[in-house]
Amino acid sequence: MKLIFEKSRAGRGCSILPACDVPEAALPEALARKLPLRLPQLSENDLSRHYSALARRSFGVNDGFYPLGSCTMKYSPKIDEEIAALPGFTEIHPLQPAHTAQGCLKVLHFAEKFLCELTGMNEISFQPAAGAHGEYTGLLLIKAWHRSRGDEKRVKIIVPDSAHGTNPASAAMAGFTIVNIPSGPDGCVDLKALQNAVGDDTAGLMLTNPNTLGLFDKNILEITRIVHEAGGLCFYDGANLNAVIGKARPGDMGFDVMHLNLHKTFSTPHGGGGPGGAAVGCKAALAPFLPVPRVSERDGAFVLDYDRPQSIGSVKSFYGNFLIVVRALTYLLTLGREGLPQVAENAVLNANYLMALLKKRYRAAYDIPCMHEFVLSLQDLKQSCGVTAMDVAKAMQDRGMHPPTMYFPQIVHEALMIEPTETESKETLDQAAESLLDLYDLAHTEPAALHRAPEHTVIGRPDEVQAARHPVVKYRYD
Amino acid sequence: MGSYIPSTPEEQKEMLSTAGFDSIDGLFSQIPESVRLNRPLDLPHGLSEMEVRRKMSGIAAENKVFPIIFRGAGAYRHYIPAAVTRITSNETFLTAYTPYQAEISQGILQSIFEYQTMICELTGMDVSNASVYDGANAAAEAAAMCRNRGRTAVYVSAAAHPDTIRTIRTYAFGAGAEVHLIPAPDGVTDAGALREQIAGDKTAACFYLQQPNYFGTIEDAQALGEIAHTAGAKFVMGCNPISLAILKTPAEYGADIAVGEGQPLGMPLGFGGPYLGFMACKKDLMRRLPGRIVGQTSDAAGNRAFVLTLQAREQHIRREKALSNICSNEALCALIASVYLSVMGPEGLKAAARQCYSKAHYAAQRIGSVKGFELKNQAEFFHEFVTACPNTKRTLAKLERHGILGGLPLPEGGLLWCTTEQNTKEEIDRLAGLLEEEEQK
Repeated sequence: MKLIFEKSRAGRGCSILPACDVPEAALPEALARKLPLRLPQLSENDLSRHYSALARRSFGVNDGFYPLGSCTMKYSPKIDEEIAALPGFTEIHPLQPAHTAQGCLKVLHFAEKFLCELTGMNEISFQPAAGAHGEYTGLLLIKAWHRSRGDEKRVKIIVPDSAHGTNPASAAMAGFTIVNIPSGPDGCVDLKALQNAVGDDTAGLMLTNPNTLGLFDKNILEITRIVHEAGGLCFYDGANLNAVIGKARPGDMGFDVMHLNLHKTFSTPHGGGGPGGAAVGCKAALAPFLPVPRVSERDGAFVLDYDRPQSIGSVKSFYGNFLIVVRALTYLLTLGREGLPQVAENAVLNANYLMALLKKRYRAAYDIPCMHEFVLSLQDLKQSCGVTAMDVAKAMQDRGMHPPTMYFPQIVHEALMIEPTETESKETLDQAAESLLDLYDLAHTEPAALHRAPEHTVIGRPDEVQAARHPVVKYRYD
Repeated sequence: MGSYIPSTPEEQKEMLSTAGFDSIDGLFSQIPESVRLNRPLDLPHGLSEMEVRRKMSGIAAENKVFPIIFRGAGAYRHYIPAAVTRITSNETFLTAYTPYQAEISQGILQSIFEYQTMICELTGMDVSNASVYDGANAAAEAAAMCRNRGRTAVYVSAAAHPDTIRTIRTYAFGAGAEVHLIPAPDGVTDAGALREQIAGDKTAACFYLQQPNYFGTIEDAQALGEIAHTAGAKFVMGCNPISLAILKTPAEYGADIAVGEGQPLGMPLGFGGPYLGFMACKKDLMRRLPGRIVGQTSDAAGNRAFVLTLQAREQHIRREKALSNICSNEALCALIASVYLSVMGPEGLKAAARQCYSKAHYAAQRIGSVKGFELKNQAEFFHEFVTACPNTKRTLAKLERHGILGGLPLPEGGLLWCTTEQNTKEEIDRLAGLLEEEEQK
């Protein structure tokens, strides 16, 4: 397919602006751009078709089953989009006076109250724009808390080896040294290793729970106790909160600070990679360090409070991805007290059901009940037929499914990490299982067919080595 | 109560039995009894779609939508063409995720490749990433890119957006780096002060300059950049993307990294987000650029193909050694920006920029000629400017009664005004008339 630049013809365009109705002011020559501005020139029809074609060459939740593990690719309700497009939200300037933006501040306030109840935290900020940004913000709170106590020696953050790559990367950006600890044979944190890792230099622990193997750590209270006794704080990575929403709360497990992803648990759309939205929540002791501004209530009205002398500052402009919070609140209000626990129930049910069907042939990395997701290891298949997790994933594309997360967590060989989510029907799961079981058999009878896959997509497997060795990262006009 | 769960109770029973469970509760047996929430949530009952629409519309109605806006300061009300909104509402674009699986994601990947190209065109830079969270975050990430060995200190113009300065400081707190603020008396960055502070500082990593600056002024970026380079520091420019259609580009000013807030490119005000952080740099810094980058390659049959590339920079490969932790970005906002730039085209974007510029100059002349509202900007400005104001509270309240969001009151006094192509001559004349009434009081 041609690039938009290759479809451009000089002289074409769309008619958008009226003539200027004030006298034209002349820009001094010394300040003027001399470089040519080579933007596309297309009629509106051609432009519209270009993007329709791009959409057809993409795959979203709306196009089919998307069991991308740890990404919670659930259905994004249409009503959430319509509410977020109300002019009463989209046309509000972030710096207009608070008394003219009470609705926006109420959205932030309500959403905070809802999430405090769901997480067991005392205060929540929506300023971080994405999960990793939320992790980073949470770690800065930990850093600021130790600093405020004059405890400067606490420079280490403990991260289990099953953590998302963002965890150690966020901790490093926050200036911490990372101590990796292994998982035990049961897939949970190795308590002995944790006990050995903590000390008077421990700033805290980051834990994803349920973890990336889809397991709820049975020793959770023991873990937070060990870290607290060593003087550290506990950070809960809530990326997988969908599994436990309304069933258990990080605040009741001994966690001091956490983040969660609005685009995962609360169904806001993933947008081809973003924008997401994060909430960072904490217990009262850490609240003074939250980013500014905070929404607070004064004389019956909401205000933006910048007067927080101990705050870490800001991690981005304004108040976060506000229109994403609007979507999340719409979702929370829709589901309410009865609907939210059903999310977790059906997410966990769907995962266990699909795992049970797949276990007829495939091997689960941990053959015990899972939470919202599970990990298959295709190591046997690789050894017996030379068919890898990648081959199976690519063949899934030909059967109308988005592949699961591949080769993660890294502690499982030939991993496929599958998260069906609660919004998939039994038929969809049955069909996915049938296709995957079929592929398993095909791997034994005709492995070459899987090596060739995908065959019905617009391109075959791309040469990634060439892309990295000889980077071409923009269109060459000449 | 609303629900998006398809399974019927009968199906749930059947699925439970297949999975080897007696009950829903059995699914959660992994969770220790002591941490289970054995009570209903203390939240309101769920709502039907009609009820939730009514409720949320009611909340939206508690906001005041100003029909006329003369305020910018980091969030700009430009015209958003219908094609931009409609095209980018496509459900596939909306509900896809990061294009990890290239074969079924060529559309998203190509759209990012096209976005990267357009950002390079706007800024004159060699390489763009696929976006970061917003302009302030892009500035902080750019500062992090420049940290190398002993060079850690960040120099920032005090005429940058306060949120950007605060964000750079917060990131520096994380990294344990110094931030030096270069004063901007009269709203223009003090070149002498920069030279004095940065010269000879072997720890200087970069100097960040916003262009046009927070007060709308077009800085002498050439001179400031040279001072930074002489000190061995990188030069980072934060730019307004609409202004780049007519103003000298960061590349022409010799900047190493160009960043900025992409919101003017088709995103609504939306009470501050989601917006778009754009980041582009010179070729030699490519492997230090954070975030996703899409590259062109081919498949075995020789078809052109696009993939996420140079991933060795990223967190999922490098973990704690990664350059940044960024994973999700602002992809849909980047798509909005590319569709906006394509709809406007080169001539449309230049026209929008020229109208912003001309209207600001007309408004500055009209407002500035009202007694007590003298223009404060000493140098040339783009589409924002500062005037004095004898009583900001009274003036803004009066404008509000007339449906006008006036300039932003500054802590040091005065109002920071903004015009875009959306402000008509009639609106500006009306504004000036209202201010004249004020004067006569």
